[in-house]
Amino acid sequence: MNLRSLLRDPKILIGGLLTVLIIALAVFGPFVAPHGEYEIVGRPYTNEGSFLGTDYIGQDVWSRVLYGGRSVLVIALLATLLGVAIGVLLGVLAAYVGGWLDEIVMRLNDVLLAFPQILIALLVLSSVDQPTWWMIVLIVGISHAPRVARMARGVALTYVTRDFVTAAEAIGEPRWRILLAELGPNLVVPLLAEAGLRLTYSIGMVAGIGFLGFATDPGAADWGQMTNENRLALLVQPWGVLAPVIIIALFTIGTNLIADGLGERAAKGAA
Amino acid sequence: MTEPSNLATSAVGEARRHPDAVEARTRRSPGKAWGLWVARRLGLAVLTLWLVSVIVFWATSALGDPVRAILGKDFAVSPARVQLIRDALHLDKPLVERYFIWLGDLLSGNLGTSVTSNLPVAELIGDRVVNSAFLVLVVALVMIPLTLVLALLSARRPGGVLDNVIQGITLALAGVPEFVTGILLVALFSTSVFHLLPAVAVLPPGSAPWDRPASLILPMATLVISVTPYLVRILRSNLLESLGSDYVELARLKGIPERRVLLRHALPNTLVPAIQVTALQLAWLVGGVVLIEYLFNYPGIGATLVDAVRNSDFPVVQALAMIIAGVYVLVNLVADILSILLTPRARTGMAA
Repeated sequence: MNLRSLLRDPKILIGGLLTVLIIALAVFGPFVAPHGEYEIVGRPYTNEGSFLGTDYIGQDVWSRVLYGGRSVLVIALLATLLGVAIGVLLGVLAAYVGGWLDEIVMRLNDVLLAFPQILIALLVLSSVDQPTWWMIVLIVGISHAPRVARMARGVALTYVTRDFVTAAEAIGEPRWRILLAELGPNLVVPLLAEAGLRLTYSIGMVAGIGFLGFATDPGAADWGQMTNENRLALLVQPWGVLAPVIIIALFTIGTNLIADGLGERAAKGAA
Repeated sequence: MTEPSNLATSAVGEARRHPDAVEARTRRSPGKAWGLWVARRLGLAVLTLWLVSVIVFWATSALGDPVRAILGKDFAVSPARVQLIRDALHLDKPLVERYFIWLGDLLSGNLGTSVTSNLPVAELIGDRVVNSAFLVLVVALVMIPLTLVLALLSARRPGGVLDNVIQGITLALAGVPEFVTGILLVALFSTSVFHLLPAVAVLPPGSAPWDRPASLILPMATLVISVTPYLVRILRSNLLESLGSDYVELARLKGIPERRVLLRHALPNTLVPAIQVTALQLAWLVGGVVLIEYLFNYPGIGATLVDAVRNSDFPVVQALAMIIAGVYVLVNLVADILSILLTPRARTGMAA
């Protein structure tokens, strides 16, 4: 699997371009923003400031959009990494060791799956005064873990019974090395597909938590929080809400296209 | 944005993962085996619900000081109120004891008293539960036929123009968060572009959402758009798999019209996985309504939950969390039993 052959898939190409574009906007935005993150450039909800007008306290919407991607991007990426790491570890172990460990892990998994992801977030948010950014990473990551574990277990199970794993076991290789060396490469494509999907949901969840008004850094520019701050003026000055919303939509369409393209390859590889 | 599991191992695979069914094959009486399977499945659901209650209680009680969260800035200045809330929530007792008091109340139907409004939780959320159930029901009534039609149109000529359009649109929509879809719909249909539909579902006190159907359209449409794409994609790929099988080949060779092959031969065989995925999506809807109700100010459990979370109104949060998770467990239970009933192989496998 190399990059060039991946990019020949139009889904992955378009998704990749969208994703790179939005990530570039989030990373380099603050350097090219015409105004400061907290700078008041005019009256609230008017077309003063640069081309997208002003927000609920008269800050420049376009500049806030350019500043507001970093937090969403960093939190969503870290949460995805955490969720995939825990999920894969548990899922592969359950599939490989089997028996009671498998039973316990999958039963607990079923319990966690009974909570919609946003409900897990809300339960934790209800007992803290002010969420911190790493708290959001933990909540979103942990809410992904059971879903990833189920998928990783399923993929690992199809390989555990194959001859090359049995052969490795027969010549006395230690279990952790079999997991790493024999199962690892076969899990790469399905895992990347799953990670792409999880990143899509992470972005939605992180932005959604901001939309519900649970701010890790109240007042700071953040695509999710911007939708909450300016939503009352959707009918008067829509850009304060629409600009971040359109960017989140494009971002999730991009990551989902990549995930779907990779998922198709994983399915072909397994067949 | 919906909550699918990966295709390879998905909910569809889950439907086939019935170790109990295989195990039961050795038993003799079919009725007995079937009863045993249902009993085991019920037991599992009860166990799951119990563990859910532990998590709900722990997450809302042990992570921080509840009184501090409830009172916020008032915590330092009014020791009398602190003690009042400590008594109401039994906070002077150890955590485990508090859990069992709460569980006992829950089981006897006592949901507790709201900390912020001092009203019984049951009274506070009763109407809200009905409103949300109504919204989910309307969404399901639109979503299921729509999914069937789109998937059949798509699978009729795979790779055709219509299939490509449906595939493209559903793929693009499948990942977009539901509140983003909702805001875009509001911007399109109730602001500058078309001023057609109400942007918020403001209801006068005492009136029910079904009295004002116009205010239901946007929340309903948002949820349908968020849930349907994934269902269409799953059903289409199941249909295509079914269309590639031997019995469909045979039906075609016998000269049965393609339309009949699709509707009578391929479609029924996708029913079981479809039930499983639909159940998952319905359960997802119960969580998905949270953001959408907040967006549209719809008076349901979602908007209530967000308010309760913001005010750290634990009794309300706990009750609503138990209801949402309970619905999930129940929907899954029903879907599993339906799947077994509808799969002759699994059903007779128990009897053989």
